[in-house]
Amino acid sequence: MGVKLLLDKADVPGIRTYEVYRREGGYRAVEKALKQMTTDEIVEEVKKSGLRGRGGAGFPTGMKWSFIAKPEGVPRHLVCNADESEPGTFKDRYLMEFLPHLLLEGLIVSSYALGSHDTYIYIRGEYAWITTILEEAIEEAKAAGWLGKNILGTGFDCNIHVQRGGGAYICGEETALIESLEGNRGNPRIKPPFPAIQGLWMRPTVVNNVETLAAVVPIINMGGEEYAKIGVGKSTGTKLISACGNINKPGVYEIDMTITVEEFIYSDEYCGGIKDGKKLKACIPGGSSVPILPANLLLTTAKGEPRYMNYESLSDGGFATGSMLGSGGFIVLDEDQCIVKNTYTLARFYRHESCGQCSPCREGTGWMEKILQKIETGKGEMSDIDLLWDIQRKIEGNTICPLGDAAAWPVAAAIRHFRDEFEWHINNPELSQTSNFGLQHYADPIHVPA
Amino acid sequence: MVTTFNDTQITEFKRLVARYPEGKHKSALLPALHLAQDSFGGWLSTETLDYVASLLQIEPIEVYEVATFYSMYNLKPVGKFVFEVCQTGPCMVSGSDHIIDYIKKTLDIQPGETTKDGLFTLKLVECLGACGYAPMMQVGKIYKEHLTKEKVDSIIAEYRAQATNN
Ligand SMILES: Cc1cc2nc3c(=O)[nH]c(=O)nc-3n(C[C@H](O)[C@H](O)[C@H](O)COP(=O)(O)O)c2cc1C
Ligand code: SF4
Ligand code: FES
Repeated sequence: MGVKLLLDKADVPGIRTYEVYRREGGYRAVEKALKQMTTDEIVEEVKKSGLRGRGGAGFPTGMKWSFIAKPEGVPRHLVCNADESEPGTFKDRYLMEFLPHLLLEGLIVSSYALGSHDTYIYIRGEYAWITTILEEAIEEAKAAGWLGKNILGTGFDCNIHVQRGGGAYICGEETALIESLEGNRGNPRIKPPFPAIQGLWMRPTVVNNVETLAAVVPIINMGGEEYAKIGVGKSTGTKLISACGNINKPGVYEIDMTITVEEFIYSDEYCGGIKDGKKLKACIPGGSSVPILPANLLLTTAKGEPRYMNYESLSDGGFATGSMLGSGGFIVLDEDQCIVKNTYTLARFYRHESCGQCSPCREGTGWMEKILQKIETGKGEMSDIDLLWDIQRKIEGNTICPLGDAAAWPVAAAIRHFRDEFEWHINNPELSQTSNFGLQHYADPIHVPA
Repeated sequence: MVTTFNDTQITEFKRLVARYPEGKHKSALLPALHLAQDSFGGWLSTETLDYVASLLQIEPIEVYEVATFYSMYNLKPVGKFVFEVCQTGPCMVSGSDHIIDYIKKTLDIQPGETTKDGLFTLKLVECLGACGYAPMMQVGKIYKEHLTKEKVDSIIAEYRAQATNN
């Protein structure tokens, strides 16, 4: 069993309630931080911990916090990003649903460190029942004196509010989220100014992911240095992985980032192997935006070394032969899955979610969807593959926000690693409607544990 | 259909607005639209949008541009129960196609349509954050996960019964 810092108490009956959470040692981090630490000391501990943002980009959290502007007389805000809409990602939902007080505890400590008296949780609108769970937890925490005015007699005031979104992936992007929180369409802003200078209502704002803010609790409790000892290299602490697709045990797992991808997929502690005894074909290891890898490049790097479940190892080889840890949305595809069809559904997703501000993203996502649909339904031409490649390349790096890149990468990676499957679709328009290209050499020469 | 909130709904509306600082009441727009949709038959008519604008003291156009941007707001009437079935990659590789086909056949409707009795609308949606519990759909505020044909049958029966009992 690996170390668990976030989900260690998830199975305790009644842990969702304040009473049980507190009895199990909850809110100790708030006591320690507010009574014994200065705000600078908290930021310093978070820096020492090496914690990197768990929302997808992996930016060092302590450094982000130190950028927040502190102009005289202007309120600052902490915003918790609970939009969780990246396909394959459902870890924040799990954390909020089962351990709402862990998130609140992290939010109170972080709000104190940043000087936020009104902190907002922006949650995707579809998570309606979780909104209720969070609001109940907030009432409990308030009744017990952890929120509201003069918390623990320290003079620090803080309220936490939950706002539901309206159904838009783009509102997970931090500036679109801020627009949405202001009651506008979710159109990302041009940076600079960065939110740390002018964010919510043009006030200094920090936006962090749910898991990032929850991780502040063990960091305060154990100290940044101890936290940094868990994991490896710049992948410190633990990471929540939401595993889905064709595996025996889909679900949310907390890992320390020293395990191999092979262990994660095949061990019974985690995914429990590929469903129905089938073979692994491909995997998107960090949410739908990151490059898909064929089995052989997933389990070992191009150099033939084992690949590990951490930031550095998953991106080893760059986009040519690697991918990214991203949001931790781990999507596994078995030998019967069609790469063209999978790529098509993702292209449709990005077309649907493009906010429409930049032409390369607005038009390009639509073109990619149409061409992929054409190939998938047996009407493709050989020139379509190069056309797709050309379109994705022209989107990447040419847009206001990273959604453009997020839409381009999955298409690029699918063509890069599975070009022969696209060609087979085009050469066999009828056969491809009833059968799949299968495994071919994508899984060679790796071995599959018995 | 009346388009004014009753007392309970007004209280809830005021609670939503109170979460934001003075003068930042426009922030309550998304939550207010959810409240309006829940209160007025599951969709937002132009009258409803205008009403929300008047409550928040903002221009109607500010409400229209938001209501048309977000996928959860229905701008046309929908059935009593909306089946929003996820069709994105992870659900697709877990068999969502079969579930969608089965619902189409069983209810005899296409995506975007409502059954003649006004009970069910089928909507195809993108990832709802339940990829590990696929195939899945959202019905109102509830997620129905690990769908099978049998489970779809019992869900339909459950809502039919609920409709007759009310
Ligand atoms: C299109 C798009 C969608 C995103 N969706 C999310 C999301 O759902 N949740 C999240 O935490 N971050 C999301 N992000 C990343 C945020 O912009 C931001 O980097 C993050 O919330 C910062 O928090 P962290 O540093 O704690 O990871 C998204 C980014 C983009 C470009
Ligand atoms: S890249 Fe796409 S989603 Fe991002 S701002 Fe441009 S059009 Fe909108
Ligand atoms: S892909 Fe269907 S819930 Fe995520």
